[in-house]
Amino acid sequence: MNRSTQLLAATAIVAASSASATELEVMHWWTSGGEAAAVQEFAAAFNATGNTWVDAAIAGGESARAVMVSRLTGGDPMGAFQFNHGRQAEELIEAGLLRDITDIAEAEGWKDIVNPSTLLDACTVDGRIYCAPVNIHSWQWLWVSHKAFEDVGLSVPTNWNEFVGASQALADAGKTPLAMGQQGWQQSGAFNVMFAALVPSEIYLAVYGDKNAEVAAGPEVARVFAAAADARDMAATSTVQNWNDATNLVITGQAGGQIMGDWAQGEFAVAEQVAGQDYSCLPGLGVTELLGTGGDAFYFPVLSDDAQIAAQSELAALMLKPETQVAFNLKKGSLPVRGDIDLSSANDCMQKGLALLADGALLPDTNMLLTSDTTNQINTLFTEFFADASISAADAQADFVKIISRAE
Amino acid sequence: MASTRPNQLFRNKSAKIAAIPMIVTALFVFVGGTAWTIVYSFTSSGLLPRLKWVGLDQYERLWDTRKWLVSIENLAIYGLSMLVLVFVIGFILAALLDQKIRFENTIRTVILYPYALSFVVTGLVWQWILNPEFGVQNIVRGWGWETFTFDPLYNAEIAIFGILIAGLWQGSGLVMVLMLAGLRGIDQDVWKAARVDGIPAWKTYLFIVIPMMRPVFITTLVLVVTGIVKIYDLIVAQTGGGPGIATEVPAKYVYDMMFQANNLGQGFAASTMMLVTVALVVIPWAFLEFGGSKNRG
Repeated sequence: MNRSTQLLAATAIVAASSASATELEVMHWWTSGGEAAAVQEFAAAFNATGNTWVDAAIAGGESARAVMVSRLTGGDPMGAFQFNHGRQAEELIEAGLLRDITDIAEAEGWKDIVNPSTLLDACTVDGRIYCAPVNIHSWQWLWVSHKAFEDVGLSVPTNWNEFVGASQALADAGKTPLAMGQQGWQQSGAFNVMFAALVPSEIYLAVYGDKNAEVAAGPEVARVFAAAADARDMAATSTVQNWNDATNLVITGQAGGQIMGDWAQGEFAVAEQVAGQDYSCLPGLGVTELLGTGGDAFYFPVLSDDAQIAAQSELAALMLKPETQVAFNLKKGSLPVRGDIDLSSANDCMQKGLALLADGALLPDTNMLLTSDTTNQINTLFTEFFADASISAADAQADFVKIISRAE
Repeated sequence: MASTRPNQLFRNKSAKIAAIPMIVTALFVFVGGTAWTIVYSFTSSGLLPRLKWVGLDQYERLWDTRKWLVSIENLAIYGLSMLVLVFVIGFILAALLDQKIRFENTIRTVILYPYALSFVVTGLVWQWILNPEFGVQNIVRGWGWETFTFDPLYNAEIAIFGILIAGLWQGSGLVMVLMLAGLRGIDQDVWKAARVDGIPAWKTYLFIVIPMMRPVFITTLVLVVTGIVKIYDLIVAQTGGGPGIATEVPAKYVYDMMFQANNLGQGFAASTMMLVTVALVVIPWAFLEFGGSKNRG
């Protein structure tokens, strides 16, 4: 009797103390050096509000998304989770699993500060806002190693064509001209970058936006596939898997360059490389300077615990505050979602990105245009294409047309 | 006995009551889940299940997808090779161990040990062993054979055999132990009689001992075959389905569709096809096995 009273008292104390500092489990897939440093900024800012950030990081976007979705649909929601905003979350919203945060967005005036406004549109379903965009990530970058080109006595290329031209010299010197991780999303990502940069934007929008199979079968897209075949030859000796391992090949000068999104910048920063001196970044492969406006956003599942709901609101508002935006994006190498903050401390590459953002040289990200099903099929196609040099560009294009004609 | 017959249902009451939870679980979870999956394979379910009928669309797409065809082909190659080799290797090891040798316990433990590892560990270990830069190829080249090439995991044509090596390494021990138990169950008098008749040892094994070990073989077969059909973790750990899509398997296709492509309908269609394949093998076998014994009994 006495013991059970003690036990009850102890339980009450534990319950009371957990109410004052709410623990919020936040899931994300930011695990590489630069990414972990960036997410730490969010965690620190959130902890400073008196709440506790419980970090639940899962390496690899694909496996992380699978875990998140199964936890949500299985009725075991976390406090908040990172997602690429766009069509991936559509069905979760339709099923009523995600919290409507329109009230927070209105209180914080997100409509006026989020730039470009398409970011918030991607979070909006039927006029209601369901996610907090935290950064802008663009895929369309070519990262070039100065060391690799110095080693073979060539000048650093300024666009894709020069880069392809120099590839033989790099290969002869025993270097990998193009570093590429052997994962479908990286390979199809590189293809989409070439697609965005090497042909006019109308073609890109007709194929991915309108799902026009005729355009997908046309000569412009054939040019992109020819470029992808070049990239395949250049990446033939690249056996790494993870994108950051591939970036490391560029950092150490073992590879000439890598097509990768601006998150690669965080890796260069961790390795203390200086933009313009140790490496160059070429937006739009240096051919058509434009940026895709993909990015990361945080979604908040519907919860029943009031303390947790309050903590969610606090976190959502916090993520778009100017100080957090600056701290987070400088570490992450991405662009902030608000145009009204000072980023003069940003480096060369980020300044290029900011300038393009200001000019409005923008393109919607594939995540906003395609369903995960279509994206997955395209990833598989390029996994095959890059692994097997016997698949011709024309055959791959035929498969691509089939995928586009089936896409919703 | 005629008086007890009407009460057949209530005989062994406590045992039957005890079995109810199991029966309910089996009906609802296994049969119900299977039926549910088959029904939803005819819908366009995406991230979440929804009853929007699309007929056979999911199946048409499935059989029009190269990744699925490659998966089926890989499972056939892996399955057949695994089945034959694991039995041959397991039985030979067991027969050798059965010769009353010294340190039998030690050797048996060593050979069974891989089975205690998870497929993920096995996959990673063999990924490293077969890696041309760190593994076997590098060691043999270090001995002076400069042109030696052994990189199955990097050659799409033979990558599935790289998986097979790892599968055999892990599975042979279990088969060996089961076979050894079966061999120990054979009466020594059989051996003595065979020796008196002057039958060579290999013939005794092949025509007397193995037929006597039929129950052990059936048990082992079931264990090995289920292990083959559900293979997933070994692939994910060892190759991730690569190079390209050279080592994809049906179970991985199902997972990829359901959790990465958010296309439940397609995943259900694929798992239904897996079920059909298993049923095509199991049902005729069950008829032969159990239908036959009923006639005998």
